Amino acid sequence: MTGGLQGPGPKDRPRPDGRRNSQGIRVDPDAEAEPDTRRAVLSALVKHEPGVLAEVSGLFSRRQFNIESLTVGPTEDDDRARITLVIEEPEPGIEQAKKQLRKLLPVVSVRELPEDANQRELALIKVGATRPDEVHAIAEMYDAKGVDAGRDTITVEITGSTQKIDAAVEAFEQFGIHEIVRTGTAALSRGAEYTATTPDGAPADD
Amino acid sequence: MSERAPVTETEKEATDAGDAADAAASGANRSPEERAEGRPVETGAQSVVRALENAGIEYLFGVQGGAIMPVYDALYDSDQLTHFTMAHEQGASHAADAYGIVAGEPGVCMATSGPGATNLVTGIADANMDSDPMIALTGQVARDFVGNDAFQETDTTGVTDPITKTNFFADDPDVVGDDVGQALALSNTGRPGPTLVDLPKDVTKADTDVEPGEPETPDTFHAPEEADDEAVAEAVRAIEASEKPVILAGGGIIKGDATEELREFATTYEIPVVTTMPGLGSFPEDHELSMEMAGMHGTGFANMAITHCDVLIGIGTRFDDRLTGGIDTFAPDAEVVHVDIDPAEISKNIHADYPLIGDAGTVIEQLDAEMDFAPDADEWREQCQTWKDEYPMDYSTPDDEPLKPEFVVEALDEATGGDAIVTTGVGQHQMWACQYWTYTEPRTWVSSHGLGTMGYGLPAAIGARVAADDDQEVVCFEGDGSFLMTIQELSVAVREDMDITVAVLNNEYVGMVRQWQDAFFDGRHAASEYSWCPEFDKLAEAFGARGFAVDDYDEVADAVEAAVEYDGPSVIDFHIDPRANVYPMVPSGGANGQFALSEEQLEDL
Repeated sequence: MTGGLQGPGPKDRPRPDGRRNSQGIRVDPDAEAEPDTRRAVLSALVKHEPGVLAEVSGLFSRRQFNIESLTVGPTEDDDRARITLVIEEPEPGIEQAKKQLRKLLPVVSVRELPEDANQRELALIKVGATRPDEVHAIAEMYDAKGVDAGRDTITVEITGSTQKIDAAVEAFEQFGIHEIVRTGTAALSRGAEYTATTPDGAPADD
Repeated sequence: MSERAPVTETEKEATDAGDAADAAASGANRSPEERAEGRPVETGAQSVVRALENAGIEYLFGVQGGAIMPVYDALYDSDQLTHFTMAHEQGASHAADAYGIVAGEPGVCMATSGPGATNLVTGIADANMDSDPMIALTGQVARDFVGNDAFQETDTTGVTDPITKTNFFADDPDVVGDDVGQALALSNTGRPGPTLVDLPKDVTKADTDVEPGEPETPDTFHAPEEADDEAVAEAVRAIEASEKPVILAGGGIIKGDATEELREFATTYEIPVVTTMPGLGSFPEDHELSMEMAGMHGTGFANMAITHCDVLIGIGTRFDDRLTGGIDTFAPDAEVVHVDIDPAEISKNIHADYPLIGDAGTVIEQLDAEMDFAPDADEWREQCQTWKDEYPMDYSTPDDEPLKPEFVVEALDEATGGDAIVTTGVGQHQMWACQYWTYTEPRTWVSSHGLGTMGYGLPAAIGARVAADDDQEVVCFEGDGSFLMTIQELSVAVREDMDITVAVLNNEYVGMVRQWQDAFFDGRHAASEYSWCPEFDKLAEAFGARGFAVDDYDEVADAVEAAVEYDGPSVIDFHIDPRANVYPMVPSGGANGQFALSEEQLEDL
């Protein structure tokens, strides 16, 4: 206990060649180091009880996952609700979001849906009523339906993919948009395949 | 009175204590039916107490108050449960946390609604970061008042949602006991962690005759046991082919009671073992394969081994940034085998090439069963040994300089013969206690790792004392700044006559902050000088503990001996070198292999 700390200084020590990227993945220094972000649709079957939505949204905000949309509603089973979450993250982030979601006690099962899953969003768009015929024409093009018409405004309802609604909103802009409300994406898997549970209620996590 | 014996609730007659001790021993062995026969449940509060009894709980740490009063009233009748009234709810949460670490079963803390509950929050967050089994029981205003900003109301489940494994708002007197049972089961199943049950006063006061069942986890909770066989086989092929393997042993090994399996595996295949800070004690530091602790203030040789290994076997670690330093330079050439019971830890910070999800001990045994031969790593072990010689943990003790803290840590290690539980606050003293104490057994190191809670040491020592064997010493290292944050708990140690030795490494600074200000803020000591510190030896005497003050090397041995031999609480105020700094040091976000051994080297980095 007289020597103090010794040994070669930092510059005299060997350094390894490799490195990792910001996700902790070992990378080839010449290769692309950062994975691109991707849009992922997560479907979670949760217990239908108060506070679950707050738990889920709290988890996503404190872990800094970038939420594009979040919808929630009851299911055919009174004790279960389904949450559809759309996030945009790099690959490890999507995996992490699924795993963290699964850790919440009221969450029964979690699944990422493939791109071809049925994805729908509802929007109500309130536009100026100065050119009702033209509004009607555009609405028809996007399968939209008029739900309210007055002297000053017309409100149309439209369902479809996020892209379709984006396009419709753009088309309606010419009439002057007063207000918009959108629900965010709700999604179910195609065919007989279950979205986020098996028929016997066992978790169908992926 | 021995330290282990359940000591009194303050409001109980002292003579009850002996009877309570006997009853506690038998109470834990009775079935719920047998207990129910003797004394049926009549209220929600009694159901809460019954659930604790069913789970075999013996000790609680808390503070009485308005909304929790019915539970305390029910507790008054329990033969099995002993309650320690703490000076502050934060102390209760740390004591329960430490109890959980040492005993391996959930520590229980309780507080009233509002300020009582929020005072528990630091300890709950601490337990959450360190995956310690703990349950908090909080009083709440009556259900009719919830949401109305009633007196002493806080949305406790809302506040603690991000820092608990799960929490319950008990809204039914018939179910409240099962809520508590479930919270207890959850806190120590799978990856341990804190749980909380919020208890509205009208629910605990309400009549119920429903006996709570055995503690069970809910059906949506699945704790993995064994790792996938194919994944194990792949990991083993990588380990066998390795030339520079390292085991990184984390706190999960201790939590999962897997130290025997780890020791067997490491010595059989002769793989060097580096530990994380929570992993101290998982592998004996006096073993030749031990590379001790890695990370920001880890040993030089541990950090060299981590940096240059080709296969890193991380077990029960979450790759905290204080361990990894900069992610890009962490074990950059290594394939990572990651064993963890929590799937969400896999590839959270460091990508796992071979993820093995399961219980630490079980997975190590699976690995062992699959291994055909040990990795060919003679050269690597030699290299590790060379690094140990090159970068020994050492310090100098010049005559013209004040007492060195490292010397104090070693003196206490020696005086207690190694058979002690060490608790610490947070700061420089904590790092010296990591570096210069030789840890050889699990559950002997109790500290605030992830959250870094100053003031953790003393209340943790109280919880550790309750959990420890009678003949085991409890030594608490504190800094002057850290100690001041929870010093009021000394009153509890005195009241309960607990054999605890507190060693204050007093440099009249918040030393770690001062060290960083010197290194990174041009030595501008903003708010880090604590020259107004009280004389801790006198303060200890005022509380009714024994106090010592030590300035010189030649006073150390006598004071340490007297304090360790004294059967009650004692405080030694060591006036250490105010300039002493913690080295080696990896600058925040730096490369582990580029640790600085002195301030000059730090400046060069």
